[in-house]
Amino acid sequence: MIDMQGVYKTYPNGVTALNGIDVTIEQGEFVYVVGPSGAGKSTFIKLIFREEKPSKGSIVVNNMDVPFLKWKQVPLLRRNIGVVYQDFKLLPKMTVYENVAFALEVIEETPRNMRRRVMEVLDLVGLKNKARFIPDELSGGEQQRVSIARAIVNYPKLLIADEPTGNLDPDTSWDIMRILDEINASGTTIIMATHSKEIVNTIKKRVIAIEGGLIVRDEHRGDYGYEA
Amino acid sequence: MSETNTEVITAMRLNTLKRHFREGAKNIWRNSWMTIASVGAVTTTLILVGAFLALMINLNHIADNLEEDVQIKAFIDLTADEAEIEAVGEELERIPEVSLVQFSTKEEELQSLIESMGEEGSIWDLYEQDNPLSHAYVVKTTDPLDTASVATKIEAIDNVEKVNYGQEVVQNLFTFNSYARNIGLALIIGLVFTAIFLISNTIKITIMARRKEIEIMKLVGATNGFIRWPFFVEGLLLGVLGSIIPIAVIVSAYYYITNNVDTLTQFEFVELLEFNPFAWQLSLLILAIGAGIGVWGSVMSVRKFLKV
Ligand SMILES: Nc1ncnc2c1ncn2[C@@H]1O[C@H](COP(=O)(O)OP(=O)(O)OP(=O)(O)O)[C@@H](O)[C@H]1O
Ligand SMILES: [Mg+2]
Repeated sequence: MIDMQGVYKTYPNGVTALNGIDVTIEQGEFVYVVGPSGAGKSTFIKLIFREEKPSKGSIVVNNMDVPFLKWKQVPLLRRNIGVVYQDFKLLPKMTVYENVAFALEVIEETPRNMRRRVMEVLDLVGLKNKARFIPDELSGGEQQRVSIARAIVNYPKLLIADEPTGNLDPDTSWDIMRILDEINASGTTIIMATHSKEIVNTIKKRVIAIEGGLIVRDEHRGDYGYEA
Repeated sequence: MSETNTEVITAMRLNTLKRHFREGAKNIWRNSWMTIASVGAVTTTLILVGAFLALMINLNHIADNLEEDVQIKAFIDLTADEAEIEAVGEELERIPEVSLVQFSTKEEELQSLIESMGEEGSIWDLYEQDNPLSHAYVVKTTDPLDTASVATKIEAIDNVEKVNYGQEVVQNLFTFNSYARNIGLALIIGLVFTAIFLISNTIKITIMARRKEIEIMKLVGATNGFIRWPFFVEGLLLGVLGSIIPIAVIVSAYYYITNNVDTLTQFEFVELLEFNPFAWQLSLLILAIGAGIGVWGSVMSVRKFLKV
């Protein structure tokens, strides 16, 4: 599913965020990415769907050679990856419904299927009654859930989530984790960056720990390993 | 099997096209202040372009009419007999640039002279018994600009006594007309380009604000074409919205002017194009220019953000 070899990332301002990453993630896995702030977790995640290009190294996702994709092929890569962003990245002038539907419009889903599926995922994240709101009218946690709904609406093979519970109260966090677990059970690969010791230690999955741009630990059914 | 497949694909594409139109129309509301700014820019420039077009096309029409009226008169020697007069006529017809040859007897010449004099003409009535004028041929050229050269050729024909075509006036008219046409064309082209520049700049400024939106759309997997379409529709609508006021202004102004042209000018040769169909043709032209600059401005300004 995902294979990275010798990946380095230095930003234009000179900051080196990744310092030689080698990792393989199989289809259907659920992986936590943990590590202190500024360790390079978000950068690692952005390389997977070509939000950033590596400075060096090879990245293969879904049999696509990510760094060398032509710009016309980039949309095809992204349509098979659902992404939940740390800063939500919702379209500010569109309603909740329209934001979620957008991911289906780009793959030219029929209107009937679209309506059914969008309402289904909005129900799943508990926002059915706020479908007509625009992002500015929602709380941070609600916006987070919209971005989750958009990420899963087209049944992606791979779901990437950058701190999807970062803005949520504990109850909602567990709801979200239950949703992600269900999606994973249906065969979707999940990569999730998180700072939540409780979640990592309770729902045991593979844990990749990044520090200073390097993978310092990679264990199945691992622990969070840091003091929260 | 394959048939149903293509059916499904076309159905989806049609839905997507509908989606782009819906989305483009919604953007007009969502970005209301940009809509107002761009429509304002389109409106101002189109009023200018429209008024100028109306003026130029009418000036051109008047110039055409004046040029149409230009004719050469070849006066025949008083001594020429009928056969010689006939021969002059045949020779005139042989000149390739000539489109019309008409014989006018000296009686007809006197009559038209008396008529053109109006009140004072009556003193010429005295001459009706003893007409001092010559028979003449009235000649028109296919292209009025050939008038002078054809006149020279006619002068060389036997039994032609004198050639008259209002030499100096005609020369000045032609020079004026060709200047007026070229300057007019240059001004219209200049105006249209200014309008395009103005509008694409207005849209560009507001698209800066929408840069983040475009980035997000790309992250969700939208192709460039998918992002561009609603912008195309939006530009089209902006252009159409921006041409409503100019069309209303110009149609009513033109209606007023054509109905009052006699009192507005004392010149008889000022004959404006008929309100119907000219006003409607002009409206269509304004609409087309408006839609064109809207689409062009919008698509051009979104282009550079798609390269991310
Ligand atoms: N666009 C950018 N331009 C320049 N430097 C960047 C950029 N994004 C991140 N960095 C730098 O790269 C390093 C790694 O950042 P990254 O966002 O990957 O950390 P992180 O592990 O996700 O942290 P957090 O847990 O706080 O989200 C940081 O030092 C950061 O300053
Ligand atoms: Mg981060």
